[in-house]
Amino acid sequence: MIGRLTRTVDRISTTPATERPFLSVNDVSVSFPTEDGLVQAVDHISFTLEKGRTLAIVGESGSGKSVTAQAIMGLIDRKTANVSGEIWLNDVDLVGLSSAEMQALRGRQVAMIFQDPLSSLHPFYRVGDQIIEAMRAHRNVNQREAKREVVDMFKRVGIPAAERRVDAYPHQLSGGMRQRVMIAMALINSPDLLIADEPTTALDVTVQAQIIELIQDLQREFGTTVIMITHDLGIVADVADEVAVMYGARIVELGPTETIFNEPEMPYTLGLLSSIPRMDIEVAGRLLPIPGNPPSPLKLPKGCVFAPRCRYAAMTNGLSETVRPELLPSGPNHFVRCHLPIETRRRITGEVLATLAAGQNQ
Amino acid sequence: MVGYITRRLLGMVLLLLVLTMAVFILFNLIPSDPARLTCGKICTPTLLEANRHRLGLDKPALDQYTGFVGGIFSGRVFGADSGSPVVCPAPCLGYSFLKHQLVTTLIAKALPVTFWLALGGFIIWIFTGLAAGIYAALHRGKWQDRTILTAALIGYSLPSFFIGLVLIFFVVLEWGLLPFPQFVPPNQDPLKFVQTMILPWIVIAVLNAAFYVRLTRNQVLETLGEDYVRTARAKGLRERTVVVKHALRAGLTPIVTAAGLDLAYLLGGAIITETIFSLPGLGALAVDSVVRSDLPVITGVTLISSAFIIFANLIVDLLYAVVDPRVRVG
Repeated sequence: MIGRLTRTVDRISTTPATERPFLSVNDVSVSFPTEDGLVQAVDHISFTLEKGRTLAIVGESGSGKSVTAQAIMGLIDRKTANVSGEIWLNDVDLVGLSSAEMQALRGRQVAMIFQDPLSSLHPFYRVGDQIIEAMRAHRNVNQREAKREVVDMFKRVGIPAAERRVDAYPHQLSGGMRQRVMIAMALINSPDLLIADEPTTALDVTVQAQIIELIQDLQREFGTTVIMITHDLGIVADVADEVAVMYGARIVELGPTETIFNEPEMPYTLGLLSSIPRMDIEVAGRLLPIPGNPPSPLKLPKGCVFAPRCRYAAMTNGLSETVRPELLPSGPNHFVRCHLPIETRRRITGEVLATLAAGQNQ
Repeated sequence: MVGYITRRLLGMVLLLLVLTMAVFILFNLIPSDPARLTCGKICTPTLLEANRHRLGLDKPALDQYTGFVGGIFSGRVFGADSGSPVVCPAPCLGYSFLKHQLVTTLIAKALPVTFWLALGGFIIWIFTGLAAGIYAALHRGKWQDRTILTAALIGYSLPSFFIGLVLIFFVVLEWGLLPFPQFVPPNQDPLKFVQTMILPWIVIAVLNAAFYVRLTRNQVLETLGEDYVRTARAKGLRERTVVVKHALRAGLTPIVTAAGLDLAYLLGGAIITETIFSLPGLGALAVDSVVRSDLPVITGVTLISSAFIIFANLIVDLLYAVVDPRVRVG
């Protein structure tokens, strides 16, 4: 264990700690060779996140958001996938770590909450024991102390009758309780970074809000940095400081939550926003669905990945079909991957949002 | 839980009763006359009649059946009115007039042999089967996996008499590595016991391990893809803990079922293996009795073998609850 830690310390970069953000994902790509060809699940994505902040990664199924999370967790099997780029967490490059070194960090510095708490908990072991196992993987604690700590954590995540519940099996708990158990498990070693992969998707609507609120409360209490992966824009608006919109294995728009919601520039983000009912702006007209289907990760379009579904692709003089757009700054902390000129994008956004607001009066 | 077990045990007894009936009817249909078989070379009609009376074959079929079942519970006496009555205490499974021994005595003599054969083979096949299965699963698609699967396929398709004869031919006759198999109880001569049993164990193990390799491999591959295995990895557990404690444990249920029933099946006698290695176990006893039409022994062995299977079913069901807490009923 000590040897492992020393080796980890050796990897600290020459850049002083103050210069590097808490989490810095640089040019990360993940691809899976399959019989049908190379599946590009994540394609050169980069973002940074400061300590204590919350980043939401938004996108449709297959856009690469879960794979991104698993890359940060080091959960991608290097034998079956290619991972490139750098993931700097606390001045350690996670991509460069050996599997033993990553294993020492996993569950300790980075922890994860999964989508379906029933299938994510082992059906044969008591929930308390499953959490104690997570503690003992990283710390020297005896059984009794560990159990007391779990009971405390259960109380903090709002599990009633905690002393009794630690001895329950997952199938004896409700969905909301199970997700609280998962949260307790993720937080038991006080990780610096918590990744929540669609933590409310499998839950009842009434429980969803409680769980999100709980994650926020605990984040404040522990000072945890959170990456929230979701396709629920309502949650994003509630919890995120920053938003990364993913489409076709790439980040297509990145910026502060307010900017993304009020001044989106990438037509895909705009499409997402206009295809869901919103409470914050008065949408009087019809929702505008995005036509078509997401591209196959086996055969991503050559130019802009969103071009085949984009209403405005024709306005780029064919550029969107041949050239891959870069993620370029468009404002303070706001990055957009789009061939359309900035003025055009802003005009379109203004028009669409106005149409949505005025729709019914037409 | 106690109620459940009691109900299951009662059900077992009922099932065994039905079984005695089936076995009894079946063997009454066989065109062989036990009285004639025990009569000897010079058989006069009077002698035959006397024999028939002594065996109770002159009674109606129903009386014969109740006599048989009654004997199991309270014992019986054969040839009570003759000069040399045979007392058969409960549980009485009948009397072999060919071997002049109680069926229970014959079974009690053969059962330990079969027990040691089954137990040794079982231990070898479970360990090799599980280990090779896990190893193959962890190297899926690689040469290790393919080698193990091919070996399993070969082991699975070779008939046990072939493996047994080849082993005897080379190991015992050609190379003289082991003395010719002759069964002795382990407490009498442990070395000789192991020397005799090692080849039969291997024969039993090869056949079954091949099946368990494939079963274990598939189970582990299936559970390795489960969400809770990903959770286990996310906790930062060692890969070995992830595989054994999380993936294998979850895939254990079908393996436990198969193992329990296979072991019970083996305890009923490994006919081919016992015959090849001349082990005086239940299988050999069954073969011998069939060849000589010794009906009481066949009936007894059949009942005992069936009882093992039925009992194993109960054990397996109880083990489910140990393995999987979701099965436990309040």
